[in-house]
Amino acid sequence: MPYGVLNSIQCRMIAHIARHYDKGYCHFTTRQNIQFNWPKLEQVPDILAELASVQMHAIQTSGNCMRNTTTDPLAGVAQDELEDPRPYCEIIRQWTTLHPEFDYLPRKFKIAVSGSQHDRAATQFHDIGVHLVRNEHHEIGFKILVGGGLGRTPIIGQVIRPFLEKQHLLSYLEAILRIYNLLGRRDNKYKARIKILVKETGLEKFTALVDQEWQCIKNTLLLDEARLNEISTHFTLPAYCHHDAAYDFSALGTQTPAFATWLKHNTVAHKVTGYRAVVLSLKAPNTPPGDLTDQQLDAIADLAEQYSFGEIRSTHRQNLVFADVKEADLFSLWEALQAQHLATPNIGTATDIICCPGLDFCSLANAGSIGITKEINDALDDMDYLHDLGDIKINISGCMNGCAHQSVGHIGILGVDKKGVEWYQLTLGGSSDNDAAIGERLGPAVAKEDVTQAIITILDVYASQRAEEESFLTMVNRVGIEPFRERVYATA
Amino acid sequence: MQLLKNNEIIENTWQYLAIDQVITNGDILISAQRWQQEKTSLTTHTGQLGIRLLASDQLADIVDALPHVAVIDLYITDFTDGRSFSQAWLLRHRYQFKGEIRASGDYLSDQVCYLARVGVNAFQPNNGCNVKKEINYLNDFSVHYQ
Repeated sequence: MPYGVLNSIQCRMIAHIARHYDKGYCHFTTRQNIQFNWPKLEQVPDILAELASVQMHAIQTSGNCMRNTTTDPLAGVAQDELEDPRPYCEIIRQWTTLHPEFDYLPRKFKIAVSGSQHDRAATQFHDIGVHLVRNEHHEIGFKILVGGGLGRTPIIGQVIRPFLEKQHLLSYLEAILRIYNLLGRRDNKYKARIKILVKETGLEKFTALVDQEWQCIKNTLLLDEARLNEISTHFTLPAYCHHDAAYDFSALGTQTPAFATWLKHNTVAHKVTGYRAVVLSLKAPNTPPGDLTDQQLDAIADLAEQYSFGEIRSTHRQNLVFADVKEADLFSLWEALQAQHLATPNIGTATDIICCPGLDFCSLANAGSIGITKEINDALDDMDYLHDLGDIKINISGCMNGCAHQSVGHIGILGVDKKGVEWYQLTLGGSSDNDAAIGERLGPAVAKEDVTQAIITILDVYASQRAEEESFLTMVNRVGIEPFRERVYATA
Repeated sequence: MQLLKNNEIIENTWQYLAIDQVITNGDILISAQRWQQEKTSLTTHTGQLGIRLLASDQLADIVDALPHVAVIDLYITDFTDGRSFSQAWLLRHRYQFKGEIRASGDYLSDQVCYLARVGVNAFQPNNGCNVKKEINYLNDFSVHYQ
């Protein structure tokens, strides 16, 4: 799904494939893509043909190539946006698709683009991060980061070019890719990502190599104004209705507190008066995070058409977004989403967990992740307590490949195998936002049966020791992990 | 032995001579290492000269050979090693090499189209592969963005 965008027709096709070729559901991933876990091998050509009928494919979703370009799920509607990043995502999507030179790289390669002050695309943890920025002459261009990544060796990306003129976007990417293709390690796949090349070469030398290459090609691969404008015409604003003022929810909120709660937690301010973006929670208590049934997908397609110009977006936190919903429609949309179990008001809370398929589906996993998520959900069933705890990101991966980004979770949970038994390492203080950080290990791994209690204890330490208005992450950064360590290992 | 060159099947007149084999007259391919060691005598070779380039070889080591050679043979030992693709691109675009760039060895049929797009104009598949089939792969994709 290019930059996580899906239209309602495509959404119905995903439902159809889930129904006819899989076990009636699909899984939304942190890559803003979709996984089917049970298709029969001999039916894959039929699935691909069905996808192609709605302009979808599975090209470059695997292998050592450039993968799906990801971005902010609020692109084009976010209030803090400098410029809509989607035209640049599309330019990169086109350039990366079937690129003849860079399809057999040392390892996979991921590019993310952000157009906002608040980085909602985890660009600091991508092989290349592209940030729209304004320079001292008030021109908009790109800050380019390189060498970020998660997985076995989480590394925060470094700025390789503070300001790149728009016209040079592709030539600069090409220069980075060529240097990586030629010099990236091919002797050990665990050391083959660009982050290792940047680390071993040193940023200064790597930058010099890229610049030297770039000087040779920068004038041969220019993005001219006409091309940029042409691409931008595909991302025009939908036909918004004019509203003089924001909708007054005070009466509805008083009559229906549950709606008010959902409105507060699962909707986001929009740059157009009278509209909000809605986050559909794929984190209902009894469902594996990111999973949707065929019936839910059909319903989402209908609701998207009815309420949000037929467009659905996926987020890297494994939820969906309707980006353009009239505030006046929110109550009826909420009722419809509730009926589909898509309105759990837990966005941004401790049960909005990123979770990989883990041992249940994945051949790489060392430990289960879905079961742990369910246990945490069961233990945190008090919504008022969840909302009181506020913004807490828990990420759970079933192995050190880290598909669920556990190293950048405020609380990270990593499944490890110890002599055939599932254990879990806990980390605190990670973040994939602007204040990017790798979580610090709390202590020795804990046994499976103790994980949930450890999480409850961590949250309890926060609840009892936080300063006023202090978020979980801020407190961890202030006090360090010691108070948490003390309590978790005292009770374990 | 045949190869596909510029969309035509032709007989391969080239012989690769390993570093311990005596240089003979005729069209010969030698390693980048041998070029480095014997470049003075090789420039007076009777017959055409070509260099077999491994993915691990440095282009910088053979740049001075380009005026003297008719063929650069990108010898692919592992189809996943994409350095050959950048080598081909650089030879054509950076070094303006006008001679034959050949792909040989263990490349995949699926890679023929990509190799052609980065500048390869001759294909010599491994023994047992039908060189005639390579023609069909040249245009696997009728459109492209780049």
